Amino acid sequence: MKTNLYIAVLVLFMSTLTALHAQNPAPAKEMAGPTAVMNATIHTATGRVINNGVLLFKDGKIEMVEDATNIRMDLTGYEIIAAEGMHVYPGLILPASRMGLSEIDAVRATLDYREVGDFNPHVRSAIAFNTDSEIIPVTRSNGILLTQPMPEGGIISGSSSVMHLDGWNYEDALVKEDVGIHLHWPKLFRNTGWWAEPGPTKKEESYEDDVKKINDFFAEAQAYDRKLSGNNQKMSAMQAVLKGDKKLFIHANYGKEIRDALDFASKYDQIEVVLVGADEAWMVIEEIKKAGVGVILSELHRLPNRPEDDYDLPFKQPALLADAGIRVSVSYEGNRSSRNLPFLAGHAVAYGMNQADALKMITLWPAEMLGISNQYGSLEEDKSATFIISAGDVLDMRTSKIERAFIDGREVNLVDKQKRLYEKFKYKYE
Amino acid sequence: MLKKLLGIILLSVLTTSLGAQNFFPENGVHDQRNTTFVLKNAKIILSATQHLEKGSIIYRDGKILEVGADLKIPEKAVVYDLEGFTVYPSFIDLFSHYGISASKSVRSRGPVYENPDGRAAYRNAAIKAEFSSKETFEHQQDSAKKYLENGFGAVLTHSSDGIARGFGSVVLIGEENPSRSLLKPDGFAAYSFLKGSSTMTYPSSLMGSMALLRQSLYDAAWYAGQSEYVDFGLDALNRQAKLPKVFHADDKLTVLRAAKLGREFGYDFILTASGKEYQQIEELKKVNARLILPLNYPKAYDVEDPDDALVVSIEDMKHWEYAPHNARLLSENGLSFTFTAKGLPKGKSFLEALRETVAAGLSKEEALRALTSRPADWLGMSTELGSIKKGAFANLLISTGDLLEEDDALIVSNINRGNIHSFVPMAQLAAVGSYEGAWDEDTFKLKVSRKDKKFNVSLQGSDSTQWKGKGEITALGHISYSFKKDEKTYRMQGRLNADRNYELSIEDLQSGGRIQITAARLETGDQAESSSQEKETEDEEDKNDKLGEIWHPFMAYGKAERPKAETILIKNATVWTNEEAGILQATDVLVRGGKIAQIGKDLNATADRTIDGKNKHLTTGIIDEHSHIAISRGVNESASSLTSEVTIEDVVNPDDVNIYRQLAGGVTAAQLLHGSANSVGGRSALIKLKYGSPASEMLIPNAPKFIKFALGENVKQSNWGESNTTRFPQTRMGVEQIFYDGFMRAKEYEAEWKKYQSLSAKQRATAQAPRRDLRLEALVEILNNERFISCHSYVQSEINMLMQVADSMGFTVNTFTHILEGYKLADKMASHGAGGSTFSDWWVYKMEVQEAIPYNAGLMASQGVTVAINSDDAEMGRRLNQEAAKSIKYTEMPEEEAWKMVTLNAAKLLKLDDRMGSIKVGKEADLVLWNENPLSVYASPDYTMIEGKIYFSKEEDAKLREKIKQERIRLTEMMLKEKMKGKPTQKGKKKEQKIWHCSDRGGLEMVHMHDHLHDH
Repeated sequence: MKTNLYIAVLVLFMSTLTALHAQNPAPAKEMAGPTAVMNATIHTATGRVINNGVLLFKDGKIEMVEDATNIRMDLTGYEIIAAEGMHVYPGLILPASRMGLSEIDAVRATLDYREVGDFNPHVRSAIAFNTDSEIIPVTRSNGILLTQPMPEGGIISGSSSVMHLDGWNYEDALVKEDVGIHLHWPKLFRNTGWWAEPGPTKKEESYEDDVKKINDFFAEAQAYDRKLSGNNQKMSAMQAVLKGDKKLFIHANYGKEIRDALDFASKYDQIEVVLVGADEAWMVIEEIKKAGVGVILSELHRLPNRPEDDYDLPFKQPALLADAGIRVSVSYEGNRSSRNLPFLAGHAVAYGMNQADALKMITLWPAEMLGISNQYGSLEEDKSATFIISAGDVLDMRTSKIERAFIDGREVNLVDKQKRLYEKFKYKYE
Repeated sequence: MLKKLLGIILLSVLTTSLGAQNFFPENGVHDQRNTTFVLKNAKIILSATQHLEKGSIIYRDGKILEVGADLKIPEKAVVYDLEGFTVYPSFIDLFSHYGISASKSVRSRGPVYENPDGRAAYRNAAIKAEFSSKETFEHQQDSAKKYLENGFGAVLTHSSDGIARGFGSVVLIGEENPSRSLLKPDGFAAYSFLKGSSTMTYPSSLMGSMALLRQSLYDAAWYAGQSEYVDFGLDALNRQAKLPKVFHADDKLTVLRAAKLGREFGYDFILTASGKEYQQIEELKKVNARLILPLNYPKAYDVEDPDDALVVSIEDMKHWEYAPHNARLLSENGLSFTFTAKGLPKGKSFLEALRETVAAGLSKEEALRALTSRPADWLGMSTELGSIKKGAFANLLISTGDLLEEDDALIVSNINRGNIHSFVPMAQLAAVGSYEGAWDEDTFKLKVSRKDKKFNVSLQGSDSTQWKGKGEITALGHISYSFKKDEKTYRMQGRLNADRNYELSIEDLQSGGRIQITAARLETGDQAESSSQEKETEDEEDKNDKLGEIWHPFMAYGKAERPKAETILIKNATVWTNEEAGILQATDVLVRGGKIAQIGKDLNATADRTIDGKNKHLTTGIIDEHSHIAISRGVNESASSLTSEVTIEDVVNPDDVNIYRQLAGGVTAAQLLHGSANSVGGRSALIKLKYGSPASEMLIPNAPKFIKFALGENVKQSNWGESNTTRFPQTRMGVEQIFYDGFMRAKEYEAEWKKYQSLSAKQRATAQAPRRDLRLEALVEILNNERFISCHSYVQSEINMLMQVADSMGFTVNTFTHILEGYKLADKMASHGAGGSTFSDWWVYKMEVQEAIPYNAGLMASQGVTVAINSDDAEMGRRLNQEAAKSIKYTEMPEEEAWKMVTLNAAKLLKLDDRMGSIKVGKEADLVLWNENPLSVYASPDYTMIEGKIYFSKEEDAKLREKIKQERIRLTEMMLKEKMKGKPTQKGKKKEQKIWHCSDRGGLEMVHMHDHLHDH
C-alpha cells in the first residue's frame, strides 16, 4: 500500500520533471490569501520561543505571532498550515556570499565576482546576480532565503545588494539595492616561499603605503566636486558611503588590521561600518565594542591561524563576541558549503553560544547589519512573511528538515537539481 | 732497538725527500728549502683528551716530525717561541662545498619529462653520481680565509647539486696548490633529497626524491650485471657503494628519513643535521645516527610589539632557548657528532657559536673531539688529520688562549700543511699591555688593548681631562698618537724595545721640541677587553637551570610525558557498539592493555582511571579514509601519471598540529593518501593519530597496503593552467590506457621475475637478475591482492571504466574515494565489490562535481555498497561526525548506520575492521567519549583515546593551553631581556601550515601559479 502510494508520488514527480525539463523551478506567484501556521514552535529570533505558536500572514506581511494556547482567533478565509511538532524560523540570511556570481569555481566563464583594479566602488554585484544559478535552489532548500552577494578583489571591490533567492531576474530578486561597498583592508603579513613549501610569513612592507592609499582615496572622495571635475563614477559611488547612506563593509582579519581599520573609519563621522572576515576579532573585542560595529565572521569551519591557538577558537569566536555585546554573523567564502549556514550557528552553540544568539547570528543580526531589519530577520508583526518551517531544530543537521519556505508570503518551491537527481536514481534502483 | 730507530729515521728521511720533490715549473732559480720549523714553549692540545702544558712541535714539509715536552731543538730550524700561546690541531668540517662551483639552475618553461642531458647520463638529471670533485676542485681564496680564521684546516667538499651529488674529496683549506690540497680525491660520496639544478619535473616532492634515490640504487645493482647499456651515473653509484657517504638532510625529520633509507641499502650515512636533534633523541639513538651539527642558533625574537610577537610560534621560541644545548643533549645521550660551519646565522662567527655551545654545557673534550678526531675517524684519516702527532699533517692552530671558553681567545695563525696563515701580527699582540712613564711632573699610563682583532692605543694622565687623543699601532708594533695637553698639541711615536718597554718620542707641534721617554711595562699577557664577560657567564648558568620542558612533539600541545596506557573504566555511558548489540544504555566499558577488555552493566573492575559516562556517548574513534594531514613536503608526485614507486610512509610528519586538532574532533586513525594528480599515485600510510609519537610509531603495524589511484580532471590536468597540457593523459580516454599499459607491464614484470626465481642457484649465478622496478612492483601487488586501491573519482563513466579494467585484469577496486557520482552506478559498484568513501555535500568547485548530491551516501548504501564519509581536508577532518549526520537529514539514514560511515565502514574499507571500528571485546581501545549524541551538531569529544592511552581530553587541553601561555610569558621575558641588553634580535615569522588537499601538486613548475585552486 505504502509502496503504491510512493510509486504514485514518484510518477507524479517524474512527470513534473519532464515538464520542467530539469530547469530550476519557477518562482512563486503572489500569495493567494491570508494564511495561518498553526501549533508550531515559533522561534521569532528576538529571543522568544513560542511552543504552541500561531503565525498569521497576509499580503506578504506577518499579521500576528502569538501563543496559540491562550488566544482566540477567527480564521475564516485563512488557509491553514498544520505545523504541530514543527519549528518556524525567520528565513535565514547569508550576509556575505558569492551566490549568483559564481557557478563553477574552476570554470572561469562562470565567475563574475572579481573586477580588475584596486578601487572599484562603482561596480555593482546586483546586476551580475544570476537568478538561474542551480546553486540557489539548493541553498534555499536548507532555509537560506536572503543573501548579499559581494564583489571581491582589489582594495575597494565594489558595491553589493541584498537579494532574495526566488526571483525571475535580478531586479525581481532585489531586496535592497547597493547597501554598501566593500573595503579590503591591507594585510600586515605576507606569505613567502611557494605553496608546497611555504616559507615564513613576513611583514608586508607595503602595508603603510596601502593604508595611505585608502586614506587618500577617501579624502579625495570627500573633496569630490562634480562641478569642477565632471562625472567620476568612482567618486560618485563613494558619496553615499561618506554620508552614511551606504554601509562600509571593511574586510580585515588580524587584530592590528582591525584596530587600524576602525581608527581609519572613526575619522569619518557618518560612515557606517560593518566588519567582515575578522578572523582574529577576539584580539580586539574591546575596540570593536567601543566602535559599536557589527561583525560578519568568515566561515567558522576553518583552522586556527596559529598552531598554539585553541583548537576551537574559530568555533567559539561567535560566543566570545556575542557575550561582549557585539552583533555577530557569519559568512561563507564561495558557494561550496554555504548551504550549511545554520549548522555553523549550531556548531557555535556547541562551543559556548546560547541558542537564542545562535539563531540571531543567521537572522536578525545580519538583517540589522545589512539595513533590512525593518522587514526581515525576525518574526514580528508587520514584518515581511519570510520564514521557514522545519521538521526539527534547524541548527542541527541531525534534525533539520526544511518542509516549507516563504518569501514575502509567497511559498517557495523547494525542488532543486539535487533532489531531482535523487529521485531519478531512486527510480533507477526500484 | 737501535735498528728499529734507525729504520724510522731512514723512513722519515725517505718521506721527506719524496714529499719535497717539486715537479712544478719555476720562474727563476730552484728555490726549494725544506725548512724545519719549531713551535716551542706552547701549551699543546694534542687531541681531545691529551694536553701538554708546555712543549714543542717540530715539523717540516707540512708534516709533524716530533711533538713532546722536552724535545731536542734542531740547530738548523726556524724557531717560534709560543710562550703563553696554545696550539690546537686544526678543525675538520665534513659538510662543505668549498672550491666546487655551484651549478646554475635554469628554470624551464613548462614541465620537462625527459632528461635533457644528451650524454650517457642516468635517466633522471637529479642523479649526478658521476660528478667528480677532484676534477672540478679549485682553491678559493675568500672562502678559504673564512674557514682558516675560524680554525678549519680540512673539509670534506662535494657538490651541492642533486640527489646523488657525486664524489667528494677531503681538501686542505690552507694549501693553495690543489695538487697538494686534495686528499683522498673522490674518496667519498654525497647525497641529498634535493633535486637541485635539474630542470626535470620529476621528482617534484620529497617522497619522489626518496623513491628516485632508491630506484637508482636498484638500477645500479642491475647495471653491474649487464653489458648492453652504458650509464655513467649508475656506474658511479656502484663505485660509491663502499665509500664513506655524507647525506645532506635539510630538516629535522629528513635526518631520520635519510638514515632509514640508507639502512635499506646497508649505507651508514653521515648526516648533516638541522640543529633540532635534541627534539628527537630517542629516534636518533635507534638508528645510531652519525651527525654533522650546524651551530645555527637563532637570535632572540623581537617580541616588543605584542601584535608582531603573536606570529612567533611557541616552537620557535622554545627552540631559541634550546638551540645552543643541542650538542650537549646529544652528547649526554651518547650520540656521535661533528660540527659544520655551514648554517651559521649572519654576523656570527663559528668560534662565537662554538663557545656558546660549550657555555651551554657541552664538555670541552667532546667539543674538541667533534672538531678534530671524530671527523678524522669518520673520514678514515686518523693518521693524517685530527690530532697533533708524529706523521700527521702540520695542521695547527695557534691561539691566544682557550678557544672553547674564553670569549677573547683568538686564532693568531692557522698552519695548514705547513703553510702559515696569520691573522694578527705577533708584534701587535706582544705590544698589548699597560706601560707607565713620567713627563713634566706627571705620570701617565700608555695602554695598548685588543678587542677581538682590533687594537687600541690610549694615554691617560693623572688628570683625566689631559692626554686625550687618537692613536694607532702598526703591524710591527709601532705606535703613533696625537693629543692635547695644557692647550698644546703633541705628536708621539713609540717603538717596543727588547725589554718590551715602549721607547717614546713626544714632539711639541708648535715649538718642534722633542723629548724621549721610556714607558715601562706594567703587566704582561694579552688583555683583551672583556667587560661584560663575567656577567654573561652568570646569565648563561641561570639559563641552564631554568630550561623549559622538552615537549613531544616539540610544539604547541606537545606534552612532557607521552601518554601512557592505562586501565580505564568508563561507567554508565550510552555505548554505540557498531555491533549487533547496537546502542547500549547505561553501560560500562573496561579498557586494559590497550584493548577493550569488558563491556557490561555495573562492571566491577579496578582501574587506574574511572570516567563517569553518565549522559555521555561512548563510541569507537573516527577513522578518516581520506586524509592529507601530517605529510611533509609534497602530497603529489606530479611529474608522471604513474608513480606507484612513491610512498607517503616515507614522509609522515608527526609534527603537525592538525593531528591534535583532529583528536579533539574524535579522529583516531586515518589513511594518509597521495594526491590525485596521477592515474596511479603513490602508496598510502595508515596511521593512528598518536600525537607526540615519532612517525614510525604512528604507522599502524601490519596494516594492509594501500595505494591511491585517481581519475578525471586532476589526472588530465584540466585545471592546472595553460603550461600543463603536454603530460599524457589529457583526456579520460588516455587514463584508461595508462591503467592497461601499467598492469600489462606489471604482468610481464612478474613473469620475468618468476622465471628468474625458478632458476636453480647454479643457473642464477650466470643469469642476469631482472631490474627491480619499484613502480611495477606495486602494481604486481595489486594484481596479487596484496595492495588495495583507493581511487579518487567523480563521474560515472570513469568509475565504470576502472571497474572494467579491474575485472579484465583480475583484481578488485577496493574503494572509490570521493565517488560523487557513485549513486549513479551503485549497483555496479556493489557487484564489483567496491566500497565508496565520499564527501557529504561538497559540490560546485569544478565541472566534474556538478552532479554531486548529498543523497549519494544514502543511495550507495541502499545498494549494499560499504559507504564511508571522508574529509580530504584538515579542517573537515575534525567534524566528520557532523558530516555523517547529514545523511540522516538528506536520506533518513538510521543513526547507527550514519555513525558507521565514519567508523566501522571506514575500517572495513581499510581492512582494519578486525581490530578497529567497533566496541567489541578484544578490539583496540580507540574510543571517544562525547558530551552529546555524536551525530549532533552540539556534540564534542570529552576524551579521545588510542589503544587505551588518552591523547586528548578537554580537561588536559585546558591545562595545555595554560602551559603554552605560561611558557610564552617566560620566554617573552627572556627575549625582552636580550633586547634590553642590546643583543641582536629578529622579527617574528609565522609558521605557515601547509594544508594539503589531494589535488595539490607537489611540482616546482607550479611556483608561478598564484591562483591556487583548492579543488579536490
